[in-house]
Amino acid sequence: MAEQTPKNPEKHSTYLPREKKSSKPLHDTPMLDQLESGPWPSFVTGLKRLAYEGKHANMMVDLLGQLEHSYKTRLGYWKGGTVSVFGYGGGIIPRFTELMDDDGKPMFPESKEFHTVRVQPPAGNHYSTDMLRQLSNSWNKYGSGLIAFHGQTGNIMFIGTTTDNTQSFFDEINSYGWDLGGAGPCVRTGMSCVGAARCEQSCANEQKIHRLLVNNFLDDMHRPALPYKFKFKVSGCPNDCMNSIQRSDLAVIGTWRDDMKVDQEEVKKFVADKGRKYVIDSVINMCPTSALSLNDDDTLDVDNRNCVRCMHCINVMTRALSTGDDKGVTLLLGGKRTLKIGDTMGTVIVPFMKLDTEEDYEKLVELAEEIIDFWAENALEHERVGETIDRIGLVNFLEGIGLDVDPNMISAARQSSYVRMDTWDEEAGKWKARQAG
Amino acid sequence: MSEQPRFPTESGVPDGFQYMHPAYIKNFGNWAYHDRPRPGVLHHVAKSGDEVWTVRVGTQRQLGPYEINLLCDIIDQYADGYVRFTIRSNMEVSVTDEAKVQPLIDAFEDAGYPVGGTGNSLTMISHTQGWLHCDIPGTDASGVVKALMDELHNEFRSEDMPNRVHMTTSCCQINCGGQGDIAINVQHTKPPKINHDLVANVCERPSVVARCPVAAIRPAIVNGKPSLEVDEKKCICCGACFPPCPPMQINDPEHSKLAIWVGGKHSNARSKPMFHKLVAAGIPNNPPRWPEVTEIVKNILSTYKADAKNWERIGDWIERIGWPRFFELTELPFTKFHIDNWTGARKSLNASTHIRF
Repeated sequence: MAEQTPKNPEKHSTYLPREKKSSKPLHDTPMLDQLESGPWPSFVTGLKRLAYEGKHANMMVDLLGQLEHSYKTRLGYWKGGTVSVFGYGGGIIPRFTELMDDDGKPMFPESKEFHTVRVQPPAGNHYSTDMLRQLSNSWNKYGSGLIAFHGQTGNIMFIGTTTDNTQSFFDEINSYGWDLGGAGPCVRTGMSCVGAARCEQSCANEQKIHRLLVNNFLDDMHRPALPYKFKFKVSGCPNDCMNSIQRSDLAVIGTWRDDMKVDQEEVKKFVADKGRKYVIDSVINMCPTSALSLNDDDTLDVDNRNCVRCMHCINVMTRALSTGDDKGVTLLLGGKRTLKIGDTMGTVIVPFMKLDTEEDYEKLVELAEEIIDFWAENALEHERVGETIDRIGLVNFLEGIGLDVDPNMISAARQSSYVRMDTWDEEAGKWKARQAG
Repeated sequence: MSEQPRFPTESGVPDGFQYMHPAYIKNFGNWAYHDRPRPGVLHHVAKSGDEVWTVRVGTQRQLGPYEINLLCDIIDQYADGYVRFTIRSNMEVSVTDEAKVQPLIDAFEDAGYPVGGTGNSLTMISHTQGWLHCDIPGTDASGVVKALMDELHNEFRSEDMPNRVHMTTSCCQINCGGQGDIAINVQHTKPPKINHDLVANVCERPSVVARCPVAAIRPAIVNGKPSLEVDEKKCICCGACFPPCPPMQINDPEHSKLAIWVGGKHSNARSKPMFHKLVAAGIPNNPPRWPEVTEIVKNILSTYKADAKNWERIGDWIERIGWPRFFELTELPFTKFHIDNWTGARKSLNASTHIRF
């Protein structure tokens, strides 16, 4: 493919209409033009197509003008504001241009309002072409036509419309089943992997978990009143394709607690195909807990008591190895990026929980409610839950939400002796009582 | 707008099942295994014996009606009318008939959309909004990504890396692009320039003071007006004050640089998840093609490709060979800035005699 001449230039990512239907002439964009060449599909060509013949093409003519200006000056020119739809307090990212001429008028007036509408994708990011076209038609009617699949929080981002058209667009798509996502200090849009729909490694019903959790907190999503953002992400296995440990406040990750499954005939075939050296170097020796051993007859021994469910061997030997049958989820709390105390990963608060019955799912939702309630009551302004835990300590947080301590919550036991332990006997008694069941 | 406001239907997350490929619905939770017949194609086999082939296609993320119709026409004509998106803006289009795979690939590639991004490839770079739409951007992520993917598209279309490579770009130090095997992020190098005429009207001063991670901001009266001042010796130029207080402009055409971080990994496979670490900074923010970034990224990738073992992610590889060897092999300068000094930094120091000579 690459730079070859397209077979059908009318049906190609490089296509530009011969006729420009918009009334406003294009601004010169010598820098952006340089991003039209090369083999990767060009977003600049896409913006130009919208400026040629989109329903709001003049808006895109000026948008290209402002973007080129940013490329020249190496500065951004959007400011926020207050735009929302009737009944909601969030979900729109308002953008007003800051680029004014000497008279204080917008240099690029047609795109002076260029708001984004954040819309929640279906669990698992599944679409029919009919629905994609329908969403695209609605956005072309009321907005620039430009849609990002998807933003970093997981939203479908409908980029570029006026304050007036924001409501009309939302009314239209809301009437056929689409709802706004979160923006601001609120429960944010969730994400879930393809999971059980098309992946044998799935240990959970990711879509059900995603919808149950987020849909339980829609009031907290649409009317931002929490200390800061709160994100749910759901991955069906420890490969964590949704980056939930690093990027969500509450990560729900599928796992299993019985033995992983080994098809020894398939192991033998794999060894025959790849050779013993490959299997030893790339599978056996890469097990983080040395839980694997290749037998002389080319079968595999697994020390399941020491397997930490990392997924490596299952990822490599997809036919021979698979997850166990006693599936459930691990919950980790408190992941976030830099602001303000530095990065924190989510850490284990529930090592394993079954999600089989409706009661199991209710317990998950109840725990999420406990977490958000306790955090909302105790967090400082603009403090993510990971930072609250950092400030008050995990143990205080666990007591606040009614969870017992568990050695799976730590990677190492305490090393500082500066701690008051006069209730040791009582705490040891609690452990013994729990062990006795 | 209608005169009677319409109350929203708080429908929340749409049910994915209504838009899901019928083979996914039929075999939901009952898949047996998968393999990859070629780069860009996944082949999943269900316990029922059903098979689906999924073609993964790179996109420019921001799509208009032309692209949506072009891609949907292909999906309708050559596949079954269903598509899903990965977390990195790739499309996944499934068919249940193996004979449809090659025509589907050809149709996408003939339309200028690359097929790849599976297995041990360099997949699409996840990125942020940048100058196109963000209110605090230091650069244009879409442009950086386009420039890089043009250079790296062969790595997208093949599976020649030791393990998968996930790249990200972010237009400020908040790092919305997320963790990556290689992350390209804005790094400011000068304190904010304050427009003291605007601060009192635009900014809620106590919350701006509270936002600073190093307590370098304090209320002050400047030119007779309530404003804020920054202790420039303390300031770490992170830009955290800029979102709540736009008159504290942190972006600078010269002094907002790019930095490259490596070794981030979200998966639990082998090692525990890792955050990415700083390797290069002071890189000019040089639109429209950021050639200095591309050069360093290609260097890191080729070194990784040549030196890492099968299945080692960049972070796994560096943990095995050690940071001194990483800097030796890539010939990137090691500076005092690579030694962390944030809370908990001593855990990143070498408290042993483990040294490779």
